Amino acid sequence: MSSISRDDVAHLARLSRLAVTDEELDRFAGQLDQVLAAVARVGEAAVADVPPMSHAVPLTNVLRADEVTPSLPRDAVLAGAPAAEDGRFRVPRILGEDA
Amino acid sequence: MTDLTRIDVAELGRLLTAGEVSAVEVTRAHLDRIAAEDGRLGAYLHVEDDAAVTAATAVDEARARGDELRPLAGVPVALKDLVVTKDVPTTSGSKILEGWLPPYGATIATRLADAGTVLLGKTNMDEFAMGSSTENSAYGVTRNPWDLDRVPGGSSGGSSAAVAGHLAPWAIGTDTGGSIRQPAAVTGLVGHKPTYGSVSRYGLIAFSSSLDQAGPMARTVLDAALMHEVIGGHDHCDSTSIDAPLSGLVDAARAGASGDLRGLRVGVVRELGGDGHTDGYEPGVLARTREAVEVLAGLGAEVVEVSCPSFDLALPAYYLIAPSEASSNLARYEGVRFGLRAGDDGSHDLDDVMALTREQGFGPEVKRRIILGTYALSSGYYDAYYGQAQKVRTLITREFTAAFTDVDVLVSPTTPTVAFPIGTRVDDPIAMYAADLCTLPASLAGLPAISVPSGLSDGLPVGFQVMAPALADDRCYRVAAALEAAQDAARGHRLLDELPTPAGAA
Repeated sequence: MSSISRDDVAHLARLSRLAVTDEELDRFAGQLDQVLAAVARVGEAAVADVPPMSHAVPLTNVLRADEVTPSLPRDAVLAGAPAAEDGRFRVPRILGEDA
Repeated sequence: MTDLTRIDVAELGRLLTAGEVSAVEVTRAHLDRIAAEDGRLGAYLHVEDDAAVTAATAVDEARARGDELRPLAGVPVALKDLVVTKDVPTTSGSKILEGWLPPYGATIATRLADAGTVLLGKTNMDEFAMGSSTENSAYGVTRNPWDLDRVPGGSSGGSSAAVAGHLAPWAIGTDTGGSIRQPAAVTGLVGHKPTYGSVSRYGLIAFSSSLDQAGPMARTVLDAALMHEVIGGHDHCDSTSIDAPLSGLVDAARAGASGDLRGLRVGVVRELGGDGHTDGYEPGVLARTREAVEVLAGLGAEVVEVSCPSFDLALPAYYLIAPSEASSNLARYEGVRFGLRAGDDGSHDLDDVMALTREQGFGPEVKRRIILGTYALSSGYYDAYYGQAQKVRTLITREFTAAFTDVDVLVSPTTPTVAFPIGTRVDDPIAMYAADLCTLPASLAGLPAISVPSGLSDGLPVGFQVMAPALADDRCYRVAAALEAAQDAARGHRLLDELPTPAGAA
């Protein structure tokens, strides 16, 4: 099966929004390669005609009456935010200088 | 006066109801013990102190007024720190949630409060429940009361240390791949993972949503059943919650303790420590498991060996599914709506701030799993990894189903070894993952499974696992209670009574 290179880990870290350090890249690449070698054994299973599963008890869509219920108060929600202003979440700029 | 921290929940409930002790007395006894012992154990991340006394006072006043109270009103409880508690700090063992005061509470926290129980505090855990030793907590290690140089298991290791060390009469744990059962096993406790969907996940900080279940960690099987009945049952806030009544769990624990298992068929799983599958298992663990099976046979159970070859693939399947779901669940920590924000100095845009926040807020195991999960879900790899793992899950479930046509319960060791020394596996993911070998099959199939003490090996507790079909949690309690009663009677006391001086004078 495939293995994970240091470059792969750097790419995956970017996709995952993790600003990993060079030291972490070195360490994770080795460890993830080991883990991947171990988990790749799922490939040995003969499951061509086997359906995937995700719940012990088969459930169909769960529906409820479409009724208005109270939400959390705005201030209670904003109280947990790292930065809030004018009753809103404050976020850093989204576009770069040259955009 | 009797030490109130040594009394089981069932008995505490009786004493409180009879007015022989007050809720304040019971709560203070536990808070005093936490103050004296938790410096060494590190079981708690947050202690409620005055708030707990206030809650206990309210119970005592209600009782004095003659209000009708629930049978467990006034019993203290500890919650693993991934149970969201309104206005009480909740971190999931992560720096990224340091200082967060949730604006709402989990269904199980609300149900415990409605039953009149008193919240003592929040217990330490591996960050986001990823680990088997509690060493992955961002807030320090927790120590095993049986030997302070060893881990208390994980990820619910704060809960196991608190209950085994008598810093709480019982506690909530959560189990994704074994995180209730394995810490219970290595600290001499009873821990039950309910059928998936039997206990609400609303307000539990998500790790792997198709596997996560909360459940009881207690000193007796009866106490575990009492807690399961308080927290379990349908919840409209959790769409995976099963809309069916819980089936007589406390009754099953009481019936089991009477010691009659005639007519019960027990299957010993070969792939979990049986012939040809003993690599990595300690001889002492296998010996205690054999003895436990002999006890069940002595109580009238019919014992057969059962083979489930796909169980060998449970570990690789789990370590694809859980990281995949985690990589998605943990995307919510973006430094905007709650928790930590790093690098917001005007020079970084939102993307950078997210990456810096997550880099600073997550520990190494969480990062490893997010990266692995992102890989397994990547275009071109999805079918080979996540898709294949979900199919292996079906194979494992089919083998359980086939086995349960011949037997009523399946049994195995809970974990291959006794508690391991702190520091020995923390930088070796593969060695750490092996602790979950026996607990993963029931997790992947969503089945109920209990760990009950089965004696000591080298002076450290060994756990015995009983697995049952979906929604047959009562069988776990019945068989575990029978084993517990027989072994307690044979040794003349409880296993926990052998704990070297409470919390160990190191």
